[in-house]
Amino acid sequence: MTDTLNALVLFSNFVLVPGIAYGSQLALGALGVTMIYSILRFANFAHSDMMAFGTMVTVLVTWWLQSIGVSFGPLPTALLALPFAIAAAVVMSLLIDKSVYQFYRKKRSSPAIFVIASIGVMFLLNGIVRFIIGPNDQRFADGERFIIKARAFKKMTGLDEGLAIKTSQCITVVVAILIVVALFWFLQKTRTGKAMRAYSDNEDLALLSGINPERVVMVTWIITAALATIAGTLYGLDKSFKPFTYFQLLLPFFASAIVGGIGNPVGAIVGGFVIAFSEVMITYAYKKFFMYLLPESMAPDGMIQLLSTDYKFAVSFIILVIVLLVKPTGLMKGKVV
Amino acid sequence: MSNSVRATIAFSIMAALFATVGFGQSWSVALAIFNLCLISSIMALGVNIQWGYAGLFNVGTMGFAALGGMAAMLVSKSPVPEAWTAGGSNLFFAALVAVAVLISIVMIVRRMGKGPLRAIALTPIIIVGYFAFRYFFDQASNDIEAFNPAVSGYLGGLGLPILFSWIVGGLFAAGAAWLVGRIALGLRSDYLAIATLGISEIIIAIMKNEDWLTRGVKNVAGLPRPVPYEVNLQETEWFISMIESLRSGTLSSLSGDERTSMLRTLVMESSGIFVKLCYAGLFATVLIIILTLSVKALNSPWGRMMRAIRDNEIAAGAMGKNVTKRHLQVFVLGSAVVGIAGAMLTTLDGQLTPGTYNPLRYTFLIWVMVIVGGSGNNLGSVLGGFIIWFVWIEAEPVGVWLIDAATNWMDESSPLRLHLMESAQHMRLFTMGLVLLLVMRFNPGGILPEVIKRERK
Repeated sequence: MTDTLNALVLFSNFVLVPGIAYGSQLALGALGVTMIYSILRFANFAHSDMMAFGTMVTVLVTWWLQSIGVSFGPLPTALLALPFAIAAAVVMSLLIDKSVYQFYRKKRSSPAIFVIASIGVMFLLNGIVRFIIGPNDQRFADGERFIIKARAFKKMTGLDEGLAIKTSQCITVVVAILIVVALFWFLQKTRTGKAMRAYSDNEDLALLSGINPERVVMVTWIITAALATIAGTLYGLDKSFKPFTYFQLLLPFFASAIVGGIGNPVGAIVGGFVIAFSEVMITYAYKKFFMYLLPESMAPDGMIQLLSTDYKFAVSFIILVIVLLVKPTGLMKGKVV
Repeated sequence: MSNSVRATIAFSIMAALFATVGFGQSWSVALAIFNLCLISSIMALGVNIQWGYAGLFNVGTMGFAALGGMAAMLVSKSPVPEAWTAGGSNLFFAALVAVAVLISIVMIVRRMGKGPLRAIALTPIIIVGYFAFRYFFDQASNDIEAFNPAVSGYLGGLGLPILFSWIVGGLFAAGAAWLVGRIALGLRSDYLAIATLGISEIIIAIMKNEDWLTRGVKNVAGLPRPVPYEVNLQETEWFISMIESLRSGTLSSLSGDERTSMLRTLVMESSGIFVKLCYAGLFATVLIIILTLSVKALNSPWGRMMRAIRDNEIAAGAMGKNVTKRHLQVFVLGSAVVGIAGAMLTTLDGQLTPGTYNPLRYTFLIWVMVIVGGSGNNLGSVLGGFIIWFVWIEAEPVGVWLIDAATNWMDESSPLRLHLMESAQHMRLFTMGLVLLLVMRFNPGGILPEVIKRERK
């Protein structure tokens, strides 16, 4: 019995808890990608760099707040800085839309042109972020680091395996749930949200019924900028902020959005968790887990690891490629043109 | 302004820029940039074949270039017989298992109809096959990596001349492109982009982590060169006498020991430049061959068919053109060109460093070259390769100089000034984005737009 419990705790500590936190971060990022795709109809390659930009502002404001002695008690100061960062990211997004994408929208350019333009934006934002904060790793998490520490958990339960839950992981999940609930309420209940869904479904029909397309697009950019900043800040609190790592998150975002069904917000969330758990589960070494569960004579020799940890990122691409081939509409039916 | 006038002006400006670098910085720097410009141009040609001719949105350039680089290493390095004896047999069994599993999967997929029964049949084969494969493969890779890991720990290559690898690099890339194309080309343009980006990352991940094959992040240094080494040149009789006659003006005013030491310095300086010139000659030859073939292909009936498919797939299909096959063909061709360039790049570097492949530099920068140069125009891609690589390299010193000038009024030790000076190198990314967006907006055809010749009626 204790062995089973130990195995479960071990699994939770190394797979379940990190998976849930990472999945929430991916889901928020993928929601942004999927919304741009369904309203503006292109794959936004600059999304992860907008995330880096927003997070950079969070980091800078956090440092400023820390320097004047403001803190948020046991919670990280970054949460106080978040609204400023969201505002900055929204302004940046709208500026970029007005100066870059609006032109191609008026010309009704093909999606490929939009994607190439977004590659230009990607370079711009990448340059700005590295110019301001530099290419190095930045840590900005403060406050209480753990909610449950591994040792305290062991003492409390008397088990051999400890369970550690970081504050950042808990905050990630809570914030993600709040954001997703708010977003769905917005899309389902408000006039603007309904207009956005109508526009995404059928552009011409939406225009005929008097929906202002520029307004829909503007709201979309505002929401995605906010989502990107929140996702980036949560990821940074959980791990750390580094421009290149953030740039590399682009593919897991795309993978989540496509696996879930691109253009479908529920799909983006499902996809985020599918990708996160596959990454964690496929690269986790199950040796110890099986040692608890199996009798001693059957104890495994190897690590029982499907792929080495170095392939963590590659896992999401492999899943992406498989889904694109087998079921291009994704798990939940998204729209594929 | 016609394209030929534009091209003449643009290439003269490029020549002037190289001369400026040559006189201002040094000829060695100018030639180093020039060599990479040549390679970039070839990569841009490869992307242009896919995007400009056929409208295929491939952002997996990095992967194909890396495969070319791997080919350079595998062809030129001498084999490690100890590693082969240690892990060869297990590797062979692993390959055998992999082939057997793949064949049985294909057989089942072909024979059985879609449905849960097929899934039930496939699952155990995949699971058992995977673990059987890992059983042999893990032993093999452990044994190979265990042999002298500090300098070896991999299988080595074939020990053939490295020039041969440029062809092999093209073949590697073509093979990978055929596989990728077979599975991904049916996708919509931006889906294809995401899929190829993902595949290129997978290729890099494999190269970084399969130490038995590529030594991973430990790098393979010291690839043999197709051109002489500086050290050997400095000892060679004909080279010294050539420098003596070339620089007789400088040398004539000196005599005795002074003359000998001056000659020594001149030979040292010139040997580096001579080696770079040799590379430039090789690269330029390849560039000219590929450019000529590309231009010929684009102006042939095949090229017209490609453009017809690009501009209207449905109409071209209705005219009896096999769109899928042509897409696959052009995808393979373009990727092969990128692979050749990748092998050339690794040859120039003299080492394979899987850790340095970065999509910004190896994929998106190449795209900027194609768009800025003029997609659909081969000469445009070459020009784009030259301009963009030049800007990419020179943006750093120019950026540092500009910021130094702009912050001159600040205190020497002011933290803001120091930070700005340190960050100046990142301005190249910003500049690239700006150039790309400006060209797309105000000159969407690029510097040398596509020319479409029409028969006069």
